[in-house]
Amino acid sequence: MEMPQPNPDVLARKHRVLARLQQVLPEDAVIHDPAETRAYECDALTAYRCPPMLAVLPSTTQEVSDVLRICHEEGVPVVPRGAGTSLAGGALPTADCVILGVARMNDVLETDYDNRFIRVQTGRTNLSVTGAVEEEDFFYAPDPSSQLACAIAGNIAMNSGGAHCLKYGVTTNNLLGVKMVMMDGRVVEIGGAHLDSGGLDLLGVICGSEGQLGVVTEATLRILRKPEGARPVLMGFDDNEVAGQCVSDIIKSGILPVAIEFMDTLCIKACENFAHAGYPDCTALLIVEVEGSEAEIDDQLSKIIEIAKRHNPVELRESQSAEESAKIWLGRKSAFGAMGQLNDYMCLDGTIPVSSLPEVLRRIGELSEDYGLPVGNVFHAGDGNMHPLILFDANKPGDLEKCEAFGADILKLCVDVGGCLTGEHGVGIEKRDLMSHQYTPADLEAQMAVKDVFDPQWLLNPAKVFPLDVSEARRVAQMAAE
Amino acid sequence: MELADIVAGLNEPVRIQGGGTRGVFGPEPVLSTAGLSGITLYEPGALTLVAQAGTPVTEIEAALAAEEQQLAFEPADYRALLGTSGESTIGGVVAANISGPRRIQAGACRDFLLGVRYVDGRGQVIKNGGRVMKNVTGYDLVKLMAGSWGTLGVLSEVSLKVLPKPEAVAVLGMPVTQVSAAVQMLSAALKSPFEVSGAAYDPELGQALLRIEGFADSVAYRIGQLQRELSAYGEAAQIEEPEETWRAIRDVGRFEDKEGDVWRISTKPSDAAEVAARLEAKNLLLDWGGGLVWALVDAGSDIRARLGEFDGHATLVRAAPETIQTLGRLQPEPEPLASLTRDLRRKFDPKGLFNPGLMG
Repeated sequence: MEMPQPNPDVLARKHRVLARLQQVLPEDAVIHDPAETRAYECDALTAYRCPPMLAVLPSTTQEVSDVLRICHEEGVPVVPRGAGTSLAGGALPTADCVILGVARMNDVLETDYDNRFIRVQTGRTNLSVTGAVEEEDFFYAPDPSSQLACAIAGNIAMNSGGAHCLKYGVTTNNLLGVKMVMMDGRVVEIGGAHLDSGGLDLLGVICGSEGQLGVVTEATLRILRKPEGARPVLMGFDDNEVAGQCVSDIIKSGILPVAIEFMDTLCIKACENFAHAGYPDCTALLIVEVEGSEAEIDDQLSKIIEIAKRHNPVELRESQSAEESAKIWLGRKSAFGAMGQLNDYMCLDGTIPVSSLPEVLRRIGELSEDYGLPVGNVFHAGDGNMHPLILFDANKPGDLEKCEAFGADILKLCVDVGGCLTGEHGVGIEKRDLMSHQYTPADLEAQMAVKDVFDPQWLLNPAKVFPLDVSEARRVAQMAAE
Repeated sequence: MELADIVAGLNEPVRIQGGGTRGVFGPEPVLSTAGLSGITLYEPGALTLVAQAGTPVTEIEAALAAEEQQLAFEPADYRALLGTSGESTIGGVVAANISGPRRIQAGACRDFLLGVRYVDGRGQVIKNGGRVMKNVTGYDLVKLMAGSWGTLGVLSEVSLKVLPKPEAVAVLGMPVTQVSAAVQMLSAALKSPFEVSGAAYDPELGQALLRIEGFADSVAYRIGQLQRELSAYGEAAQIEEPEETWRAIRDVGRFEDKEGDVWRISTKPSDAAEVAARLEAKNLLLDWGGGLVWALVDAGSDIRARLGEFDGHATLVRAAPETIQTLGRLQPEPEPLASLTRDLRRKFDPKGLFNPGLMG
């Protein structure tokens, strides 16, 4: 993966930039020692690393504004960082950048149950947003597998999803407002405790813009009352195609489960070893969860089980207790960690029309043979959001490159059947150069025009999202302007 | 002639029109999308539907109904309210981000919009999003197009997430005379785990209304639970004709044959009583648990001046053209949002061809 050469003029100004940042931030909020900036050299896409020039950890929106104003004046690129859990390299630094981490901004600012929202600083972790409203039996719905660690800032940047978004939607559907600092230091407030925009839906385009339009410091999030109960059922099949058909039939029946998760043999085994959830030994496992009162759950699950039975399942088991349900979900949410015990892996998240599931799984199997790399599949089947995990050995020369080529083939396949490159992880650097497979030059130009408006110098999170050759003219213009 | 070619040949502003049912006026000539009609893809098992922008909403709803599915954001029909005729199109619904009472539970039109194809001001065909339910590939121009009233481009195709149609629907009504008391009751219901899919207050009827949808047994159970939980606020009784009741709220039927200007105010629900008090309205209708206030006021009233600073925005939905000209249809935005909006429009439509003046 290529990254642009650092701008030597910016590197030459390091000491001046450092001095200016130290004037507006507390001493411990500016990190400049190379031994310490190394901590920010990568995110969860660990194959790519580059220590930043400097890192800052502001505590207030005013400090964020000061940092951005200075970097804007000095022409220094800024890479915003939440908790650094991006699987797409969304927070990968460039050597000439300032990392702006929001980790110290994690306060709850307002909790309002009557109006069903919470306002938080965006360094707060996803799970601790729910933690803040749990005693009133409320929760924040988007639940990425990394929810223990990942920050709301990153969730907004990537428009994160999770297992339960089949019913509750992804981040953009649960985000009511933001306070955001633009690259020139101006602070804007968009949305709030009311619904929808009175003008253009700027909130909608900021969510998912991968930190390229501004740094979101505060977020107003929709919170929901917890359902009375929830219960998963496990369904094992000896054929992927049959499992895929079962998913489609459940959806068509009028029941909307809160989650429909899929795992293949390799993942089932890895997760079972990890969580001892009692997963059956089969080709394709579905975890289907429904919510409601006990009677409502019984009713929905009996309808779902009836549908499953028509597809000759090799296993059909309702969770019998809260402990068992917790284990079932622990196994699923630990899938990436469990696979990591087998080998290094690369995780993709291309999304496809649900009807193409069997075909895509078959093609991935064939590609796996061709490349000689094993692949496990675990994904949100209800919405077609795949998660092929390609196993490789980072210490074996050529394996990473082979894995990336395999990954690119899978993602192109997702696009070719009517899907997209990424359903919830974001483009980052990982899928940047594949964007031209999904979008025409005019399509990309329309998206880049939005960045031109918010960040005319292209200083925020540069060299992400758009193919390097496509964004080159704009990035070169920025360097020349200095 | 291809839409892109038509736009590429334009040198003067046009008014973009779907079915012409939303009361938009502006320059002549009209650029109609009515010729772009038809459902291009419908996969009930994947909950997705793709249609050309000029497809009548009734055609889409009929196709969905045949599979017991629906547009969950409940697009409203404002023809009677606005005195317009014609067939509402899906492109028009998307361009205006029209969402009904179920907005509070299921989401707005923008939340169900998976992808768009449009022609920008240079006559280029642009696509964004797609037809899958989760998509974070690049910037979300889909949301930007929803509610852009045609000012960023002419929609030619939209793809939507659809949902199952509920098996049963029931409505609870509770007599309430004060806006504040009504909003408190609606809020209590929306804080419950019983998945209320409509929460409105009709002062003229003197009723706060709750809608419950789903499988029949579940609806009966949740109705019972809500009646118990809300007993502190009064007695909630089931109301006949639930569909008609909610259609009237969705379409603001209450104001149909009454004189005056119609405003639509989105606000924080707990501010609704204060907002309502400042309006000096002849008639009110509250939806979205109080978060949406419909107001019928004397012609020419400057509601934004009466409201002053508040958390939300006020849209002038029905008034004489001169009034809309003077007051503006949409709430003016503060800086720097106004500049961002203006600059975006200039990027998407550099010649200022599309619906000039409609969004400021």
